[in-house]
Formats: sequence, C-alpha cells, structure tokens
Amino acid sequence: MISEGKNLIEVRDLRQSFSGQEILRGVNLDIPRGETIVLLGQSGGGKSVFLRHLIGLIPPLSGSIKIDGEEIAHLDERQLEPIRRKIGMLFQDGALFDSMTVFENVAFPLRERGERSEKIVREKVARSLELVSLEGQDKKMPSNLSGGMRKRTALARAIITEPSCILYDEPTAGLDPIVSDTINKLIRRMQSQLKVTSIVVTHDMISTDYIADRVALLREGRIHFDGSLTNLHSSTDPVITDFIEGRSHEID
Amino acid sequence: MTRAFSLYLGQIAFLAGETFSSIFLGRIRWRLVLNQIVEIGFGSQAVVIITGIFTGAVFTAQIFFQFNALNMSTAVGPVVSIALCRELGPVLTGLMVAGRVGAAICAEIGTMKVTEQIDALRALAVNPVDYLVVPRAVAMMISMPLLVGECIFFALTASYYVATRILNVNSVFFLQHMWFYTHTKDMVMALTKGFVFALIVVFVGCLQGLTTSNGAVGVGRSTTEAVVISSLTILMINFFLTMGLNIIFPAGGKF
Repeated sequence: MISEGKNLIEVRDLRQSFSGQEILRGVNLDIPRGETIVLLGQSGGGKSVFLRHLIGLIPPLSGSIKIDGEEIAHLDERQLEPIRRKIGMLFQDGALFDSMTVFENVAFPLRERGERSEKIVREKVARSLELVSLEGQDKKMPSNLSGGMRKRTALARAIITEPSCILYDEPTAGLDPIVSDTINKLIRRMQSQLKVTSIVVTHDMISTDYIADRVALLREGRIHFDGSLTNLHSSTDPVITDFIEGRSHEID
Repeated sequence: MTRAFSLYLGQIAFLAGETFSSIFLGRIRWRLVLNQIVEIGFGSQAVVIITGIFTGAVFTAQIFFQFNALNMSTAVGPVVSIALCRELGPVLTGLMVAGRVGAAICAEIGTMKVTEQIDALRALAVNPVDYLVVPRAVAMMISMPLLVGECIFFALTASYYVATRILNVNSVFFLQHMWFYTHTKDMVMALTKGFVFALIVVFVGCLQGLTTSNGAVGVGRSTTEAVVISSLTILMINFFLTMGLNIIFPAGGKF
C-alpha cells in the first residue's frame, strides 16, 4: 500500500454519466507529489471530463476524489475554493476573459487573491509572460491573439499563483511544433524547478515522450494502462500499440 | 409544465438567496459595481428619457381630447401624473431596461458560459455569483429607482409642454392640480416598483446566462428567453404590486 501523504491526488471508483451515457465507469488513479502524469485516450473518451473532476468543476456521480488527503467529492462551491487555490488549470481553448487584456487576464488570479501592490503584480505578470515567451503582448485583447498565443496566455494565468499542481487540458493541441516544444519544456521546467505535480491530458505522442514520468491510458471509461514510458513502448497490447502508432483499422 | 415552472422559480430563488447572502457578507467588488452602474444605469438613460417624453406627451394628448369635451381640461395634469407615477413610469422603464440590460447581461454571461470562462473563474477560486451576479444586482438596485424617477420627470415635463403650449391648458391650473393630487406615496410606489423590477430583470438575466448551453444558438435562445420572461414577469408582478401597495398607499385622497 502507498503510505499516507505521498499521493497528492487519489481517485477511487469515479463514475460519471451525461444524459444516460456512461463517460467514466470506475476510474482509479493515484498521483504522487511532484510527478508528471500524462493521460492518453481517444477524443471524446472522457479525459477532459476526468480532469474537470479533479478541480471540482463537475461533481462525481459516485466515487471518491481526495486532494491532499481531503475528500472533495461532496464539497460545495465555497468549500472547494481553498482546494482550487492549490491547483492551476489550463483549459483546452484557453478560456481567457475576453473583456480583459492579456495583462489583466494574467494579473486576475493575483488581484483576486488580494495582491494590492501594483508593482508586485506587474513584476509577476512580466515574469509569467516571459516564461511562456509572450513578452510585450500584454496590451492585446484575447480576440486579437492567435490560438497558440491564447493558450500560452492561459498558461501564464494558470502558473502565476505558483500552484502546487497544474492540470493541462490538451496543452499542445493545435499548436505548431516549435510552440509545442516551448510548452513541453515549460511543463518540464515547472516540475524540476517548482516541484509541481502535473496531470496532462493529451493525444500528442511527441509531447508525451518528452514530459511524462508516467502514462495512463483511459479507454471506455476505465484506466486501461498505467505505467512508465518504457512499459508503454514495450507493450504488446494491441490497444496501446494502435494508439502509439496511430492505426485506426478502417479499410481504405 | 408545472414542474418546470417550480424548478425555474427555485433556481431564481436560489440565485437570489446566494446573491443577497454575498451582499450581506460584504463580498461586493465596488469597482465592478461602478462599472455596471455606468453600463446599466448611465447607459440606459437615453432609452428611458425618450420613452418617458413620448409616453408623457401622447398620454397627455389623449386624456386632453377626452377631458376637454367634458370641460375638465385642467384635470389632465393630475391624471397623467398619477398614472405615470403609479403605473406607466415604472412599468415602461422596467420593460425598456429588460430589453436593453436584461438582454446584455444574459448575452454576456451566456457567452462566458459557453466559452468556459465561467469554469475558468471557478477554477481560479472565484465564485461566479460574487464576481458576475452581485455587481450587476447591486448596480441595478441603485440605478433602477433613479431611472424610474428620471422617466417620470421627463414624462411630466413633456406632459406640461404638450398641455400648456400645444393644447392651451392654463399652466397655473395644470401645475396646481398636478401638485395637489400627486403625493409622496405615489412616488414611493414608483420607486418600490422600480426596485422590484430591477430584481426581476437582473435575476432572470443572470440565471438565463448562467444556464446557457449549446454554443452561439444557445446564447441567442437564452437571451430571447431572458427578455421575454422578464418582460412578462414585470407585467404580471405589476398587477399584484398595484393591488398590494394600494393597501399600504391607497390611491386618491389628499395626504
């Protein structure tokens, strides 16, 4: 058994269904502190839904989710706030506030947490934007940004409060290879320098090979595979090999 | 049908309860409230003033045509004034604000909902009710009575000009009678109704926005619903308010 306190996140028998369709059919997953785990799976397979449960955006139908030893499955919105302050989340399309500039977006979490000194806010925003290589873009509105820039702004917003855990929903989807590489390196650096626990939902195998300490494959609402990168690549399970090599079994 | 209706009432009550508990616990972002007062209150003035002027003018003309035949033309002032304070002022302001502000609130919050911005707020440990609903509710509760007052003021000014300058009613009699028959209680009734209508518009608009789903189509649908529901509710509630408030502030009489 894993000793108490080693795992930041413990998920037991998590179930969820939307309009009669079962999305998660009993997911079990432990995520130790400081680890980067990549969650693979087909589009529409419930990866993003799973990720949303970890920050309480969706209450589970049944099952248990423990963050830092605390059960969050039955907490209400206000009770979830202290948990959410420990966790950063990068949404798939960025989910930037489009009434605010890039600067205001990135500064938002700081200001909401009571940071009143404009000087500190400006310094932290500048550093955060520099980390995602977006210096000098701070006056733009989100609608004037490219998809990649939106995502990087959202990442800058997610990391500015230095959370102990970051959830990434498709961080490299729709980005060019060079920007993807920047993001991958950033995820790595967050882990090595700040000891951040990361959960990355993706189907980008290049990114997976670069960042993952551990890989889990979600299939038909359950964890089909859970192990190291080496185990993943040496697996002979057809489901896994098809996924890694991108085979569909459709006839031409 | 009944079930959907009670569900909707429950949702509104829940949202209102959360909002008021946030207000009483002091979770008010005053900067956002000021923004919303500019957006909602200040920005609605043109609509409300024009509505007031032309309603006052046309109502005065019609009443005059009827009353003049009975040689009662100086009674136009009090009739117009009381009708405006007790009914037309608050109801018309409510309907115009439901169209302008209710729609804007719903479309903005609805768009935030479908583009995951509401989830982003929640993920950043910011309560969407505190951040989005409370400032709009406070701004509406402050602005709406003022807008109702403004509407009535401009309506009565228009009424005075139409009656005395165009229809040749004696201006001294007109003002004297209007002043004599319009009481503070009529103004209190106008402001009370304005306050209630503010709550209807803001909670229906916010609830429709927060429950939006289905992308751009959903935003369009919920915005339409917000305007329809709040307008109809204003008209229906107005009847019950009139009956109820008439017990506290009975119509007619001197003081």
